[in-house]
Amino acid sequence: MNDESLGVIFINACLVNNFVLAYFLGICPFLGVSSKRETALRMGSAVTFVMIVSSMAAYGIHAVLTFVDAPYLELIAFIAVIASTVQVVEMFIKKVSPALFRSLGIFLPLITTNCAILAVALFQTNKSYGFVQSLVFAIGAGLGFTLALVLMAGLREKLELTHTPEIVKGTALTLILAGLLSVGFMGFAGLFN
Amino acid sequence: MSVALENNTSDFLNGVWKQNPVFVQVLGMCPVLAVTNTAINALAMGLATAFVLLMSNVVVSSLRRVVPNQVRIVTFILIIATFVTIVDYVIAAISLSLHKSLGAFISLIVVNCLILGRAEAFASKHSVTRSALDALGMGIGFTIGLLALGGVRELIGNGTLFGAPVLGDQFQPWTVMMLPPGGFFTLAAWLLLFNWLKVRRTARQEAIS
Amino acid sequence: MSDDQTTTPQRNPTVWIYGVVLSVGVVSSLAIVSVYEITRPMIAANRTAFRQSAILQVLLGSTNTATYQFDPVSEQFAKSETPDSTMEVVYAGFDDDGNLVGIAIETSGMGYQDKIRLLYGYSPDEQAIIGIRVLESRETPGLGDRVETDETYLSNFKSLDVRLNDDRSELSHAIEFVKPGLKAEPWQIDGITGATISSRAIAVMLRESAAKWIPHVQARLKNFESEIKHRPDKIAGSF
Repeated sequence: MNDESLGVIFINACLVNNFVLAYFLGICPFLGVSSKRETALRMGSAVTFVMIVSSMAAYGIHAVLTFVDAPYLELIAFIAVIASTVQVVEMFIKKVSPALFRSLGIFLPLITTNCAILAVALFQTNKSYGFVQSLVFAIGAGLGFTLALVLMAGLREKLELTHTPEIVKGTALTLILAGLLSVGFMGFAGLFN
Repeated sequence: MSVALENNTSDFLNGVWKQNPVFVQVLGMCPVLAVTNTAINALAMGLATAFVLLMSNVVVSSLRRVVPNQVRIVTFILIIATFVTIVDYVIAAISLSLHKSLGAFISLIVVNCLILGRAEAFASKHSVTRSALDALGMGIGFTIGLLALGGVRELIGNGTLFGAPVLGDQFQPWTVMMLPPGGFFTLAAWLLLFNWLKVRRTARQEAIS
Repeated sequence: MSDDQTTTPQRNPTVWIYGVVLSVGVVSSLAIVSVYEITRPMIAANRTAFRQSAILQVLLGSTNTATYQFDPVSEQFAKSETPDSTMEVVYAGFDDDGNLVGIAIETSGMGYQDKIRLLYGYSPDEQAIIGIRVLESRETPGLGDRVETDETYLSNFKSLDVRLNDDRSELSHAIEFVKPGLKAEPWQIDGITGATISSRAIAVMLRESAAKWIPHVQARLKNFESEIKHRPDKIAGSF
């Protein structure tokens, strides 16, 4: 059992060790779906939701696997749970709110291979967080991911209107922006000392 | 025979250069940026990924007529996760300190889009030999990409290469290169270089014609 | 490309689907379990060797180590090669003649970005911390990781005063962190310019851990010394 307080866990997951800008997790959607603020926000909420659900599931799996003494099956079990969580979430949203499904639909399959989600499951196990701690960690990580995505989208929307040289266009420009954002987030490091 | 040979060579070279996963496809970026602050970490990560890629491509390809279409992604992920777990234990058995510095990123090879992407796009449609060659090419290309990043970051950020001092005591290291922003900047710089080369080549071709 | 294009087989759909996934799962698990069983002793040996070398390093002069678990109720240390995972442990180092060199204690705390795990050696003779070794950290290479390599910083821990007060209940001076070059007292730790956060994190970890453990260890030195009496016979027996 880890004794970090919930506030510290939250701020750490969200800002200090921002999943995208400090740990480089979930870079693919970060580069892919950060051109519009609206889609960025939707992607962020979908990821946050799946993170929370799979974090709770991962806590259960870890408990069971520790109980039957089979830690080597952890990775396979985590990835299987995340894949099926995404599937279930997809079906659930489709039933409950077809409108939301239409706007989120295309992102959901992408989430399975979003490493940020598997990372939440792995990190909370590594740090032996309790149930509530895991939950707070997942929420923090999800919000941090959304924050990075939305900030990035805002910057890219502005850049659409400017004149950029031919060779910078595309991924290179996005990466330079990400680097600058990451410099900004470094300011949060060492917040708890 | 010569056609097959040509095919094989192009399968292999495709990944190393023309479709380089890091610089051209920009795939599997998380480990690319996260573990490349030193050249040795980059090399280890590249080789681990290449191994998983090769093994899973071979298995996926040999099972390609057996696995039903509906569950292919799940099956592929199961196969990949198996090899990743194996690599994880083998690295820990070889060197504990290497295992520690790669951290959770070994486990995260599972969700490297490159591996699932190759399984889905190539191995599930082609023969074992061609899939193996494709995996080798992609794996080597990925390792080269990682090394290119790790080497630059370690050299400028710490004045060393593979831990050996290169730039001497006079050199004031740019520490930011070792930090997260350095990863983004270095990759951006490489992409800019390749873009520039491409633009120049196109311009020259146009001038000739 | 079309020569070896596959067509998905259409045989007995449902059974086939479940059968394939199930058998892939079973084969995968078998493969994982066998690799796990093969590598487990090697990984365990690596861990033990790593810990052993760290203990010998923070307790210079020791050649043998032993693990002790601490019973929080009776406040006694008891030797145990397979400590209970719920109990906290300390390690004792002995020299060739079986004399107690010191106690190595593990502690951890938040560094610049992530947790730092640290082992430090306490010498009851000198009543001082006589060495530290970082076991695990993700501090920035070139900056924060200088806490592991910087000679000036590490010299802080060659003899860091953790003397107990007169009634032996707590340290007479808590360990203090000071700015680089300002160390004036033997219980102060000089920081590193450019790695302030990491070097202070280690000082804070040491302050808390020493305040908790040193009084216990000092009060129960007999727990470890009893070892001395056994040790010579054991060594004699092994020849």
